[in-house]
Amino acid sequence: MSTTDTPSTAVDSAPDPYLAVQQSAEFAGLRRALRNFVFPMTAAFFLWYALYVLLSAYARGFMGTKVVGNINIALVFGLLQFVSTFLIAWLYARYTERRVDPVADRLKVQVEDDAMNSHGGGAS
Amino acid sequence: MSNFALPAPLAAEATSGTARTTTITLFLVFVAITLVITVWASRQTRNATDFYAGGRSFSGFQNGMAIGGDYMSAASFLGIAGLIALYGYDGFLYSIGFLVAWLVALLLVAELLRNSGRYTMADVLAFRMRQRPVRTAAAVSTITVSIFYLLAQMVGAGALVGLLLGIREGETFLGMDADTAKVATIIVVGALMIIYVTVGGMKGTTYVQIVKAFLLMLGAIAMTLFVLSAFKFNLSTLLGDAAEASGKGTPFIEPGLRYGVEVAGDATQTFYNKMDLFSLGIALVLGTAGLPHILIRFYTVPSARAARKSVMWAIGIIGAFYLMTLALGFGAAAMVGGEAIRAQDTGGNTAAPQLAQELGDRYLGGSTGGAVFLAVIAAVAFATILAVVAGLTLASSSSLAHDFYANVIKRGTASERQEVVVARIAAFGIGAVAIVLSIFAQNLNVAFLVALAFAVAASGNLPAILYSLFWKRFTTAGATWAIYGGLITAVVLVFFSPVVSGRPTAMFSGHDWQWFPLSNPGIISIPAGFFFGWLGTVLSREKADERKYAELEVRSLTGAGAH
Repeated sequence: MSTTDTPSTAVDSAPDPYLAVQQSAEFAGLRRALRNFVFPMTAAFFLWYALYVLLSAYARGFMGTKVVGNINIALVFGLLQFVSTFLIAWLYARYTERRVDPVADRLKVQVEDDAMNSHGGGAS
Repeated sequence: MSNFALPAPLAAEATSGTARTTTITLFLVFVAITLVITVWASRQTRNATDFYAGGRSFSGFQNGMAIGGDYMSAASFLGIAGLIALYGYDGFLYSIGFLVAWLVALLLVAELLRNSGRYTMADVLAFRMRQRPVRTAAAVSTITVSIFYLLAQMVGAGALVGLLLGIREGETFLGMDADTAKVATIIVVGALMIIYVTVGGMKGTTYVQIVKAFLLMLGAIAMTLFVLSAFKFNLSTLLGDAAEASGKGTPFIEPGLRYGVEVAGDATQTFYNKMDLFSLGIALVLGTAGLPHILIRFYTVPSARAARKSVMWAIGIIGAFYLMTLALGFGAAAMVGGEAIRAQDTGGNTAAPQLAQELGDRYLGGSTGGAVFLAVIAAVAFATILAVVAGLTLASSSSLAHDFYANVIKRGTASERQEVVVARIAAFGIGAVAIVLSIFAQNLNVAFLVALAFAVAASGNLPAILYSLFWKRFTTAGATWAIYGGLITAVVLVFFSPVVSGRPTAMFSGHDWQWFPLSNPGIISIPAGFFFGWLGTVLSREKADERKYAELEVRSLTGAGAH
């Protein structure tokens, strides 16, 4: 193991395995699969959370409405944030296991083989 | 019991004596166990990967526990329970922000960082950039965030010791009065964190955090079960009793008593208060995934998939814990009462230990049971502080050694051995600085530093990380502008905010240079960080290195060539 992980002077050897993979259709598919999930989902949970904070600040009457006994909408809304967080984490794990991991594994092997062939050694 | 009626103050003193001895004994047991683990870990620490990343040998579950131990600070255990006990619902807002934040880490950061980095946050930031400027900026930001956080924790520990050991004004304990005990605590906490980090490295620190998370969860679960059973598992009754005992009625279980307070007849202040609430909320959610001591935890597992698993576990553990803060906070409000809590500490930090005492009194055989349960929870609180400060010290010393010493000063020519030696020295130095600063700051109100650490992480680190991973055109200048721009904006705004001066509760309460109306800078500084990152990039003549970006992208997404 070398001390620097990323030498600032890049090794410029002819066909770069990373560039080749990055421009492949399969990698584009992997990138799309991941981004199609994480970007909209991030926007969704952020807006959902922002809505909760804004309602806590500006819609106190609504938030104070009692649902059952002393349990009001503010509490239910807060607990729903827990539920949505658990749910999104679970959905993400399920999605990546099915749609992302198999492709990532295939490409990883491909990149490491390419690197082995072109450099005569493994990518450290 | 009543036959034994001692005069009331004497009984109280006897109780606090039992509690004090028990707390100290339990704390010493925790320290002894963790020191044994630390020495054992030091024997397993042979190279830099062991020191910085615990040999990447932890399982997803172990790391999930350690993340919990690293993240759930005394501020969240004692602080949130206290906030809910005194201000009701608003304390819960903190719990929610602290939890939802983990989705940013899970979806956008953890796995990509694990795949492409090695020891520090800067490994990813500097991956395709010029090493020296980016690593310098990252080290500055890492150390700033960690020191802010450290100060809040250590000053908090000093303030807690008197309360948790029940040392009152004019009393002495082991020949120390309350003020000496405070300084002694800061020094002991500082010395222990230095030992954990310099001797045990990441392995030792991780085990300390796992043990702490286990104890904290056990303590919280026990208290929650007692509280819930006291109210026959009826949440509605608990809330009703808490609202009644608080003397504030229904508003106690609604948002608005602490954050976004509506000031009658002052529309401007009301507006600022509500902005402040929103500003705090987004800093909490966006800050977590930019906290260096959290980020380096992802390197302790063998793969990105294990990093994902560890965040899943962390979300489960942290989520469960923050749900329990509801029972602890409202339980303390209902069973101890706001008045009794304020009498101990106006900030409410003793709510959880006082609740433990009350629960022990009721369910564990009277005042002895109360004293013992109080002592257990107090010892857990100290364990909590230790695990968090160790994580912070490790993060900042790693960055100082790996980023600043090895890659900036030595330009990548330092040997692994030298790096680890420097990291150990750095941990000692940072620990010493933290002790000295904490002693100076011990009587200042520095609780705001936790929120500031989150704001800086969200404003400087997060934009730099996200741009690095997802924006092809991002350049060296963009990275340094994002980090410094976000950091400086956040710190300057807070310096001129009401938490630093101009209010009786401010850090420098006797002075007034305040002009920024919010206590939390996030609403301005987070967009500013993203803006500076963009501006630095479009203004720089340097073009992004396409080959290096291809490498970063492929490595981060596939795990090829991961360390």
